[in-house]
Amino acid sequence: MPADESSTPPRRYALQSLFGPAQDGMTMHTPHAVHLGIRVVETGPAFGVCALPFREELIGDPRRRVIFGGAITTLIDHASGLAVACAVEELRAIATIDLRVDYLRAAEPDLELYARSDCYRLTRNVAFVRAVAWERSAADPFASALGTFMLGANRTNSSYERLVRGKSSQ
Amino acid sequence: MNRIVDAIPYARFLGVEVERTDGGLECVLPFRQELVGNAALPAVHGGVLGAFLELTALLRLLDESGSGPVPKPITFSIDYLRSAGPSATRARAEIFKLGRRIANVRVVAWQDDRNRPVVAGNGKFLLS
Repeated sequence: MPADESSTPPRRYALQSLFGPAQDGMTMHTPHAVHLGIRVVETGPAFGVCALPFREELIGDPRRRVIFGGAITTLIDHASGLAVACAVEELRAIATIDLRVDYLRAAEPDLELYARSDCYRLTRNVAFVRAVAWERSAADPFASALGTFMLGANRTNSSYERLVRGKSSQ
Repeated sequence: MNRIVDAIPYARFLGVEVERTDGGLECVLPFRQELVGNAALPAVHGGVLGAFLELTALLRLLDESGSGPVPKPITFSIDYLRSAGPSATRARAEIFKLGRRIANVRVVAWQDDRNRPVVAGNGKFLLS
């Protein structure tokens, strides 16, 4: 470990504890994530892992029983929002600016899908993320993605922001 | 075309409808509470909009090619321009290069005003 790294105080990740696996703070306040059954698997400094259960309704190519690419986009978008939430030091509205998904291969049917997103760079206004999605092993992803998010895009009074405010004032 | 939509489970899941207008094929995503990403605004989930664009691009390609294997997405890129409120979203795709193996497709979606797009996409699909 480089010498200067040990002297850096640990960063404060204000929202990580709220959105961890047992919390589902973000997912439960996003109707579409609830509808899809997306759950939080893991959170940590500037990253989030989400899972999407396989469902017949998500199939895009009936002949091959492959999940529609767009459903993977939703999973990656959600994991990426989570990663940004786990990177910022205080709550700010997070809005996707753009997202590019590369479909590396077809996802295997009947398996739960996972996505991990890392917020690798955070500026005052913009968060940059990269993500991968897999079904068996993170080392063998079927999709990879790059995205950018705007911070403080809109001031909302969503139920999850009220939840966060309530928790941080405790 | 609506037969093809019925054959794609995910298209039924989103509730996408297809209309043939003067200008060509237009896809419609009726608003539903289950599609909301941000409950406070409320706004349609960004992932749903991305999926809707990708589906519109795919249906445009299937309309062009008739029957045959479903084109496979290679990469799809989405620009989020405005938040999409609680009303129907419409999208139209344009094939700007149809090669032997690769098709490049551009898609734009809007709500009330076609001149105020909410989301735009760009995809490459592997044919055959």
